[in-house]
Amino acid sequence: MTDGETINVPILTRVEGEGALTIRLKDGQLDDVQLRIYEPPRMFETLLRGRPLEDAPDITARICGICPVAYQMSSVHALEQALGVAITPQIRRLRRLLYCGEWIESHALHVHLLHTPDFFGESSGIELARRFPDEVRRGLRLKKHGNDLVAAIGGRAIHPVNVAVGGFHRWPPREELRKLIHDFEWGLQAAMEAARWTASFPYPQLENDYEFVAVSHPDEYAMNEGDIASSKLSTIPVDQYPMVFVEHQVPHSTALQAVRLPARSNYLLGPLSRVNLNRNRLRPEARQLADEIGFPAMCSNPYRGIQARCLEVVHAYGEALEILRELDFSGPHRLPYQARAAVGRAATEAPRGLLFHEYEIDAAGKIVQARIVPPTSQNQGQIECDLRKQLTWQLTTATTREALARQAEQLVRSYDPCISCATHFLKIQWKNS
Amino acid sequence: MARKPRVAVMKFASCDGCQLSLLDAEDELLAVCDRLDFVYFAEASSVLQPGPYDIAVVEGSITTVEDEQRIRELRACSTRLVTIGACATAGGIQALRAWGDSQEWIRTIYPRPEYIHALATSTPIAAHVLVDYELHGCPINAHQLIEVLIAFASGRSPNIPAHSVCLDCKRRGTVCVMVARGQACLGPITRTGCGALCPTYNRGCYGCFGPVDGGNAPPLLAEFRRQGHAAEQLVPLLRNFNATAPLFREAGESLLDNPTDDR
Ligand code: SF4
Ligand code: SF4
Repeated sequence: MTDGETINVPILTRVEGEGALTIRLKDGQLDDVQLRIYEPPRMFETLLRGRPLEDAPDITARICGICPVAYQMSSVHALEQALGVAITPQIRRLRRLLYCGEWIESHALHVHLLHTPDFFGESSGIELARRFPDEVRRGLRLKKHGNDLVAAIGGRAIHPVNVAVGGFHRWPPREELRKLIHDFEWGLQAAMEAARWTASFPYPQLENDYEFVAVSHPDEYAMNEGDIASSKLSTIPVDQYPMVFVEHQVPHSTALQAVRLPARSNYLLGPLSRVNLNRNRLRPEARQLADEIGFPAMCSNPYRGIQARCLEVVHAYGEALEILRELDFSGPHRLPYQARAAVGRAATEAPRGLLFHEYEIDAAGKIVQARIVPPTSQNQGQIECDLRKQLTWQLTTATTREALARQAEQLVRSYDPCISCATHFLKIQWKNS
Repeated sequence: MARKPRVAVMKFASCDGCQLSLLDAEDELLAVCDRLDFVYFAEASSVLQPGPYDIAVVEGSITTVEDEQRIRELRACSTRLVTIGACATAGGIQALRAWGDSQEWIRTIYPRPEYIHALATSTPIAAHVLVDYELHGCPINAHQLIEVLIAFASGRSPNIPAHSVCLDCKRRGTVCVMVARGQACLGPITRTGCGALCPTYNRGCYGCFGPVDGGNAPPLLAEFRRQGHAAEQLVPLLRNFNATAPLFREAGESLLDNPTDDR
C-alpha cells in the first residue's frame, strides 16, 4: 500500500461507487491528499438533452442505485417549477413518505453494514455481526423496512416506477401501506435503540470549522422543499443556488467539485448539516433522543455523522407512521400541465445531502439543458480538507503508514460518499476504436 | 462437501443498483453466504482477495480503455462469468452516447487535459469477453441472481423464465394499458423479471429488462402508430436502458427511417 513517500488506498471499500485515496508526503510532512474519483463518467446531463421531460425521473434515478428516489424528487420538483405546476398537499405528503423510505433504507445500510465496522476494526457488516448479532440483525430489519416502504409506493425498492412529473402514476395500494404500520411501530423503537447504541461508540477526536449547508423549511424537517440555509452565510432561495455554489474541475477526479462563493470555500452537506441546522424541526421523539444521547449542538466532528443519521432514521420512522396512519388519497394523483419554454430548479435532501437539479425545457416538452449537482461532488473538497487536517496531526504522532491509510479511509467513509454519482465529467479523451 | 465457490462482485460503469439488490435480499442473503464465499465485494467488505475466482459477478458497462483491460484480466482468472443488469448486458443508459453527435458532446467537455480515457461507446461485457450467463434488468431481480448463483454452486443450469412482460400481465389479470388507456407499452417485446410492474402502475413498460428472445417489434410498432403515437415519442421509449440491444435498436431505427408512416 505504501511506496516511499506516497500512501495509496487503491480502492475505497464499503462506499458506493469507485474511488481511491492518494496521500503524498514530503520529508515526513503532508504534501497533498487526493480523494480520487475514477468512476467512469456516465454523462447524464448530455444524454438527457432532446428527450421528453417525462423521462427525467426514470433516467436520473439510474445515476445512483442507493438513492434513486432523491434523483426522482429533485428532477420532478425542478420540472414542475419550470412548468408552473403546484402539487397538492396529498401528493406532497406521499412524496415525503417515499423519501422517508429512502432515508431509512440508505441510512440503515450505511450505519450498520458500511460504517459501524470501522469503530470495531471489522472488515464488513458480516464480520461485525459475529460480535453484535442482534444489533446488525436489527439494522438489516430497519433497512428492509425502508425498502418495503419505497416498494409499496413505487413498485420496487431500486428504481421505483411510480414517480411522475406532476405527481404519481397512481395512488399506491392502501392495504400494502397499512400493512407496514405494525413493522414501523416496532421500527421506531428499534431505531431509537440503534441511536443509543451508536452513542456508545469510541469517536476519534476531530473538529472542523464547517460551513453547514442544508435545505431548511420553517414548518418541517426539510426534505423536498425549502430555502438553502447555512451556518455561516445568509439563507438563499433555491433559485439562487447557481449564483452562489459553483463547480470547478480538479485533475484527479471525474466528478466536478463545488465551492461556495464569495470565498470559494468548502462546505459540508448531509445528515450532520441537516441536524445542526434543523434540529428544532426534528420530530419530538428524535429531538428528545438527540438531547438524551448528548448529541452536541452544531456538532462538528465528522465521525459523529453516524449519530445524525440515526436521529434522522428515528425522525423518518415517526413521520412515516404519522402519514401511514392517515393516508389521504383524495384529489388527483397527477396534475396536468402544458409544456412551455422555461427553466426550473430544485434542491431536495438526498440521504447524503443537498441534490440540485436544473432543467431548461422547450415548448414541445423536451429537455434543452440539464444540470445535476450531486451531494458527494459538493462534499469532496471538504473531505479532502478534513483529511489534510487529520493527517497533519497524525504525522506528528508515531502512527504507522498502514494506520494512516486505514484511518484516512475511515474518515472518508464517515461522510457516506456516493461516488456513483459522478454525473459530470471532466476530461474525456474520445478514443474511437 | 467441497469448498465453497469463491465469488467476486466487480463493478464497471453503473449505478451500483444491481449489486445493491443483493444486499437487499436480506432473507436469502444469509443462506447464500452459507453456500458461497464472497471474497471480493468492495461495496460490502474491506477484505479484497485476489483471483482466481469460481464465479465473477459483473455489473456495469465498458466505457474506458482501462476497463477494457480490467474485464479481460477478470475473465482470465474466473471460471464462470455472470453479467448482471442492463449496463453489463446492453451498455446501459450511458450507451446513449452512441447516438450523440460526438462533436457536439465534445464541445460540452472542459478544455483541460485528459486524465481518464473515456471511450466514445458504452458496450456490454459480452462485446469484450466470453460471458457464461446474462441476467437482465435495470435493476436485476435479486431473486433471479440468487437462483443463478445457487445453480452454479450446485453445478446445474439456472432456471430463469424467458417469456414476455405481456404474458405476466395476462397472468396477473392486469388490465392492458394499451387497450384501456392507449399507452405505448413495450411489454409484448420485453423480457419478464419484474412481474409486469409498470402496467400495474398505469403506465406502459419501458423495457428495462431488455428485449425478450424472439420478440417481434414491427407489429407492435404498427399498433403504436395506429393508436397515434409519433415516432418522436416512440424512439426515446426504445432508447433508454437497453438502447443498444439489437431488437430495440433496430425498432428505433425503423421508426426513424419511416418517421411519418401511419399505417
Ligand atoms: S442496470 Fe440499471 S440498476 Fe443495474 S447498475 Fe445499471 S443502471 Fe444500475
Ligand atoms: S414493466 Fe417493463 S419497464 Fe416496468 S419494471 Fe417491468 S420490465 Fe421494467
